[in-house]
Amino acid sequence: MSPTAEAGVAPACVIDAVDRRLIVATQEGLPLVLEPYRAVGEVVGIEAAEVIERLRRLLAHGAVRRIGAVPNHYRLGLLANGMTVWDVEDAQVDRLGADVGALPFVTHCYRRPRNLPVWPYNLFAMVHGATREEVEVKRAEIAGLLGSAARGADILYSTRILKKTGLRIFA
Amino acid sequence: MLDAVDRLLINALQGGFPLENRPFAAFAERNGLGETEVIDRIRALTESGELSRFGPMFDAERLGGAVCLCAMSVPQERFEDVAQLVNALPEVAHNYERCHALNMWFVLAADAPAGIAAAAARIESVTDLPVLRFPKEREYFIGMRVQA
Repeated sequence: MSPTAEAGVAPACVIDAVDRRLIVATQEGLPLVLEPYRAVGEVVGIEAAEVIERLRRLLAHGAVRRIGAVPNHYRLGLLANGMTVWDVEDAQVDRLGADVGALPFVTHCYRRPRNLPVWPYNLFAMVHGATREEVEVKRAEIAGLLGSAARGADILYSTRILKKTGLRIFA
Repeated sequence: MLDAVDRLLINALQGGFPLENRPFAAFAERNGLGETEVIDRIRALTESGELSRFGPMFDAERLGGAVCLCAMSVPQERFEDVAQLVNALPEVAHNYERCHALNMWFVLAADAPAGIAAAAARIESVTDLPVLRFPKEREYFIGMRVQA
């Protein structure tokens, strides 16, 4: 099995020089004008229709996850941000990870490598809430779902955002 | 303070923004709002920080790039200095202080997988602290389903 297949990651989407310019022109965001795709096209040097067609293709290939807005959790009152981490048996982690990821309050859920002896956890699920008490209730729900397959667990609350910029993929 | 229209906008804007010549008009019509009202509100919400960004969300890995969660155990007395050194790298997309012996968690993003190793090595050399890497092995869900 190739490392890519093992990781469950789809192959990279083939992009050309125009796609690359389109990404550079929009990775900071869409312009807030009546015809944003035309405005982007003027920067890239293509028509609005081609911008739309290329974004549609990138969406279809998963290279664009979605087009929309990213809310700031803290400003929306979700002040507690807990990274719950679990040591789940390897044979069960993918089945249980899918169940945890499907919980409505889990915003991200990944399998990552352990780093023994300091880090025995292989399942990461991010939980947000207005208060830590609210996060703890959700964490207990995950614990119930994992049952005895979770041999250890921890939660890492964020105490401060030190940096937050969007991903700059291409310079 | 957010009003009902702001909340409606934040909830409705979390995906599926229209791909057509006048997308704000299409979006506005769907939600019973005006085109310029939507544009003005998004601008205000972005400027006030309720929205972190508005536009296409790219998947760096699908574009041939790489992303990696990393963690460091930083001695308390060096924390601010190390945070500055780490944040100075353009590859560091976000960085959080967390309650744990591993007290600094950040995400590295690069246009190729080799860029991750290089950035981690650079951080180790400027801080003289080990960087633990936690690359994603499998993703079970990603999406922001926040109710405003």
